[in-house]
Amino acid sequence: MSSTNRTVEREAAPPPRWTPARIAVWAAVAVVGAAAWGVVALSRGEEISAAWLIFAALASYAIGYRFYARFISYRVLRVDDTRATPAERINNGTDFHPTDRRVLYGHHFAAIAGAGPLVGPVLAAQMGYLPGTLWIIIGVIFAGAVQDMVVLFFSMRRNGRSLGQMAREEIGPVGGVAALVAVLAIMIILLAVLAMVVVNALADSPWGSFSLIMTIPIALFMGCYLRYLRPGRVIETSLIGVVLLLAAIVAGGWVAADPFWSEVFLFTHNELTIGLVVYGFVASVLPVWLLLAPRDYLSTFMKVGVVALLAVSIIVSMPVLRLPAFTDFAFNGEGPVFAGALFPFVFITIACGALSGFHALISSGTTPKLIEKESQVRMIGYGSMLTESFVAVMALITACVIDPGVYFAMNMPAGALGDSVTSAAAAVNQLGFTVSPETLQSTADSIEESSVLARTGGAPTFALGAAQIFSSLFGGQAMMAFWYHFAVMFEALFILTTVDAGTRVGRFMLQDTLGNVYKPMRDITWKPGLYLTSALVVAGWGYFLWAGVNDPLGGINQLFPLFGIANQLLAAIALAVCTTLLIKSGRARYAWITLIPLVWDAVVTLTASYQKVFSTDPAIGFFAQRARYAEALAAGETSLGTAQTVEQMEKVVVNTTVDGVLSILFALLIIVVLADACRVWVKALRAGGSLPTSEEPYQRSTLWAPSGLIPTKEEREIAAARSGEGAAAS
Amino acid sequence: MTDTRTGRVRRARATVAAALAQAWHIARGVAGEHAYEIYLEHHARTHPGVPPMGEREFWRRHVDRGDTEPGSRCC
Repeated sequence: MSSTNRTVEREAAPPPRWTPARIAVWAAVAVVGAAAWGVVALSRGEEISAAWLIFAALASYAIGYRFYARFISYRVLRVDDTRATPAERINNGTDFHPTDRRVLYGHHFAAIAGAGPLVGPVLAAQMGYLPGTLWIIIGVIFAGAVQDMVVLFFSMRRNGRSLGQMAREEIGPVGGVAALVAVLAIMIILLAVLAMVVVNALADSPWGSFSLIMTIPIALFMGCYLRYLRPGRVIETSLIGVVLLLAAIVAGGWVAADPFWSEVFLFTHNELTIGLVVYGFVASVLPVWLLLAPRDYLSTFMKVGVVALLAVSIIVSMPVLRLPAFTDFAFNGEGPVFAGALFPFVFITIACGALSGFHALISSGTTPKLIEKESQVRMIGYGSMLTESFVAVMALITACVIDPGVYFAMNMPAGALGDSVTSAAAAVNQLGFTVSPETLQSTADSIEESSVLARTGGAPTFALGAAQIFSSLFGGQAMMAFWYHFAVMFEALFILTTVDAGTRVGRFMLQDTLGNVYKPMRDITWKPGLYLTSALVVAGWGYFLWAGVNDPLGGINQLFPLFGIANQLLAAIALAVCTTLLIKSGRARYAWITLIPLVWDAVVTLTASYQKVFSTDPAIGFFAQRARYAEALAAGETSLGTAQTVEQMEKVVVNTTVDGVLSILFALLIIVVLADACRVWVKALRAGGSLPTSEEPYQRSTLWAPSGLIPTKEEREIAAARSGEGAAAS
Repeated sequence: MTDTRTGRVRRARATVAAALAQAWHIARGVAGEHAYEIYLEHHARTHPGVPPMGEREFWRRHVDRGDTEPGSRCC
């Protein structure tokens, strides 16, 4: 305590001096990075080791973090360590509290990284490994991590205001409303898409269904244990939970092998959909301590553990990438996983891991209220996002190490594959990838599943690749099935946590909005309001889930682009807020830092929306699709493409109408936000380059803490001096 | 074994022990186990002399805050 009595002398850390050793280290990093990029980008025809992808990524991250992020924090944002952060000023013992930077980094990473970075890259792998790799690494350095850090900084300067509040205050009411609508829309689509991933992974899989269902009693047990037996012992409880979880996965194998129990836990797509909807509703109205909190601990534990395990396994086993750098689908837009060419669709398919607007909600939520020193935004905002990007690179690797023919058989819509391994192998061969029916069957046998066909949604593909990598190190072929179900369970566990938490967040937003019309709604403990709003949110994502699961054209194929567009729409709002703040605070000459990613994001999202709305290619344009099916129905036809009945054709017409209208809505929202932001920029520039913002006034800090992960020699000396002084004073 | 050597071993052991203690501290922080300690520290500072909430009571209220304030989780 007493060591905090002295004020801080420095405003910003002086740039470290360039000693010969430092120059040598950074030159080596640059050389390794360049060599790795050379191999990744230029090899054609031969299979390369995943190690090159890892080296290219890590070297690029190091250079981006050391040079670009440092430039942004000291030159552009001008972080000031003599200024007290909200955590120091307000310090109320609960949500505002100066938190150790390493702890906060862990918190922030756990909050931003979920199933997203594991899904997008797997789907984008249909174009080869290179488009995804390039976008994940370049995108994170220049767009995603910049957005996260800059939003975190501006929110921190405003006592942790939310993105919506900043949009309203800095841009105007129109921007504020657009942000609110965008957040609610993305939440609904996100929950539907993620729930669909779970449905596709668990349908007809007694092993997977059993293990996932077991997580509910495990979480309930953990909740009661924490509540009544050992309050506050989170790590101990989580460890017990993880042991039970592993036991549930092992037991799943026995369930799948047993003729009776495997029938009990065999669910169809529609049964799982109903189960998830009911679960989503019940979970979101139960008290947090009973289900959500313990589940959250468990999934955070698993997340950190599996990410670390995967990183070590890839680096040790160095698997070979079997997918080529580019497939033809990158250019002809006829990919079976999602339609459309490389530009713009890779950039919306991979959101989490490269640029994810959703993160702006976390960076303007709990994290800015806990940060200890302004200069730590680099490590926490930029650093956490780099880590998520690395997770995305690893997910891409898992998709690329499996047999390309198996990859396509797993990720094509069921309608295109037919019912048997023979028809599926024929369909994959049509695409130009060879796979034998025997390979498809033996792959299914190796993971003890009845089939791997049309397991769309990314999770099963990730799980298969991860199982290959893990089992090459631990347990060999005998452990394949265990590792596969371990990975499926790991991803499904995340998603259930997101479904529960997301439904709650949506419910709170809805209660708040409806509270404007009918007062009691705003009282979040009022039960009828609670049930009504929860039901509305669940009905929202439940509709899209049901429609997607039963979509003859494949739900992931149809809905994933919408999710990507919604996420990038949120990123556009966040980047527009950042650019506005840079201009209003007199830093127009540095506004390109967020303006370039904003322009890129807007071009990508609007092009994608344009194609989804206006493309005359029925594989891409929702309305072209609609017209094709409507005309066929009018002409009295009873089947078209993958839709085998009139009923299915009518489904296509309804779904494409809804999806098309949503695409239009998202595009309009972006245009409105950008136009409104431009208005404010012009106003600020006309006013001589600055306008008042809602920044909190300066207050001098009395705290001291290192800036980066590892304290510098100078920082260690200051720390030692201060603690010595503190000991002397007390 | 010479004196300098045992000294070196002892120092290395101390360094490893300190690093492990720090890692444990960070892990507890990430899991959120410090909440009660933070509360006690804050309480002592703002309400000196007033007895603080018991640990059990505190954790109950701490977790129940989640019922009225949604945490944000991402994709």
